[in-house]
Amino acid sequence: MLLKRLTEAAGVSGNEKEVRDIIIEEIKDHVDELIVDRLGNVIAYKKGKEDSKKLMITAHMDEVGLMITDIDNEGLLKFTTVGGIDKRILVSKPVLIGKNKILGVIGAKPIHLQKREEWQRALNIDQLYIDIGAKNKEEAERLVNIGDYVSFDSQYIEFGDDLIKAKALDNRVGCSLLIELIKETKDIGFYGVFTVMEEIGLVGAGPAAYRVDPDISIILEGTLCYELPNMDEHLVPTSLNKGPAISIMDRTTLYDREFRDRIKKIAEKNNIPYQYRKTSMGGNDSGRIHTTKEGSITTAISVPCRNIHSPTSVMSKKDYKNTYNLLIAILSEYKKGEL
Amino acid sequence: MIKGGYKLDTKEFLKKLSNGSSVSGFEHGLSDLITSSFKDHTDQITTDKLGNIIMLKKGTEDGSSIKIMIAAHMDEIGLMVKHIEDNGFIRFTNVGGIDPRTIVGQEVVVHGKEDLFGVIGSKPPHLQEPTEIDKAIKMEDMIIDLGYPKEKVLELVSIGDPITIKRDFKSLQGSRVMGKSLDDKAGIAVMYEAMLELSNLKHEADVYFVATVQEEVGTRGAFTSTYSINPDIGIAIDVGFGSTPELPKGATIDMGKGPGITIGGNIHPGLRDQLIEIAKQYNIPYQLEVTPGPTGTDGRAMQITREGIPTLCLSVPLRYMHTSVEIIDMEDVKNTAKLLAFFISSITRENLEGLLCY
Repeated sequence: MLLKRLTEAAGVSGNEKEVRDIIIEEIKDHVDELIVDRLGNVIAYKKGKEDSKKLMITAHMDEVGLMITDIDNEGLLKFTTVGGIDKRILVSKPVLIGKNKILGVIGAKPIHLQKREEWQRALNIDQLYIDIGAKNKEEAERLVNIGDYVSFDSQYIEFGDDLIKAKALDNRVGCSLLIELIKETKDIGFYGVFTVMEEIGLVGAGPAAYRVDPDISIILEGTLCYELPNMDEHLVPTSLNKGPAISIMDRTTLYDREFRDRIKKIAEKNNIPYQYRKTSMGGNDSGRIHTTKEGSITTAISVPCRNIHSPTSVMSKKDYKNTYNLLIAILSEYKKGEL
Repeated sequence: MIKGGYKLDTKEFLKKLSNGSSVSGFEHGLSDLITSSFKDHTDQITTDKLGNIIMLKKGTEDGSSIKIMIAAHMDEIGLMVKHIEDNGFIRFTNVGGIDPRTIVGQEVVVHGKEDLFGVIGSKPPHLQEPTEIDKAIKMEDMIIDLGYPKEKVLELVSIGDPITIKRDFKSLQGSRVMGKSLDDKAGIAVMYEAMLELSNLKHEADVYFVATVQEEVGTRGAFTSTYSINPDIGIAIDVGFGSTPELPKGATIDMGKGPGITIGGNIHPGLRDQLIEIAKQYNIPYQLEVTPGPTGTDGRAMQITREGIPTLCLSVPLRYMHTSVEIIDMEDVKNTAKLLAFFISSITRENLEGLLCY
């Protein structure tokens, strides 16, 4: 299954090769042009009958993770974070290091040897390390290098009522949607762009947009979803199973009102549930794309993901399907020249 | 007499034990695995009212009157369902000592009418206040997401159902392995391996291998099983704190350097000297683990049962105790088992009185 392959591949920002290879393999027979640019972005073009406007659809390939910074005398590995990770979700987790996916664990001090006040404080990154079971520094150095990327060891699992648990749903869910669009649509001209290093500062998107120079862009994302019992409704950023989340404003973009209304109407016309992304926190590749060259119009459409940026992110297959249906509906309007 | 039968590899056995679930008070899930693995090499297996599995391997001399009891606990720390929220999320509490910081973002199995997969939720970093990040999240503020609406959850889950962290036992580098609840499933693996060793040795004593219950909540299974067996010697096999940089040197034992032999008030000094003597005699690596007061192991319960039982404790070094990524070295399991078997074999009616004499 595509989303399983994509989420179980390692692709920490700056090290997207595994993900890129899967994407190229999936789309290469379905596009008219395909390049990998100097930063590692995948830029694909599908020809249409006649294109009034230049449409670009993007999804970032990278995920948050860790990077090895030091190997200590005991053979334990120190690390830093790559992208936004809550240090508190790292403790007591297995991880995979480097190209050979060496298994390691991030342990913690036994509770028996702690003072009570210790477990009220979060453990800092500098207190944590990865243990691969090496007996000493020399053994660890044979297997691991400083600078090796580290990803969470987390399997794709389907559970509950049509839900999926995986790591890196932000943003393999966007990659999966974009791959499907490229494979399933005909006679609709658009650029499908898979960007690198979104999580460390929207690095790939600007140069990709500069090359493509789109009139309109749709950014596909996995976005934050958080809904605790008794939370005030207005504080819930997105909800699971309520359909694709359409962005209004975040830290990188004020999305074009007219284009957003157009998408909303398309959803309503096709009876596709949708929701607004009700937080202005976070951001995505749109920030760079809409300000590249003379500027352009963007919208961000996201699949809600609980526990985002953690090894146990959760999304709904129903939301995926509804997001896909909305994108197909948008593309069919675009094909008619009515976008 | 050497008994035959199928021999499961000790690491494979440990993998099954670790991946299985046996939260204190809910140990029955492992009973079949343990009894089926021990039955071909023991003479009699009974289960007592609390759920302790008592497996007797008779002495190789006829009419033996020495009883040695080996205890390793089969229970593990875990969580328990406390409340089901309107949106189907589960609130929970802990069974045994759990650092709440080690369970954020974990996959779990809720053992309801059926085993249900779930995840312990976390707040997205994007939504956090800068002050939140340095505070540990309290267990009462966490939820388990089963991905079902309340009605379905109520159908499948009851208050009081046990919950385990979902973790696959895996090999690391060399002979090291990681998994959940190696405390004290490593101890069960030691008993298993010692039992196989003993099949090739003469031993006068009747050996009672006991997989005890409810150690993590107060060594309760050890009390009742020791009472019923009334052994001459009690030996607890548990895990000891494996050394890591943040732990004080004196409080730990090193990985891969053999079993920790406990020294302190919980331990019978004469038997301990014999244990060290045997280690030296057979070139088995060992380390000393100093605990002046009662140990937190089944050895504590054994020592003060009935009129008092002379007790020993052997520890397998283990890193990151009570997390779901505990690490042990299989070489330590092997050496602990070897030492245990040779020690048992060395005890005779003739030398026992002398060893126990103060």
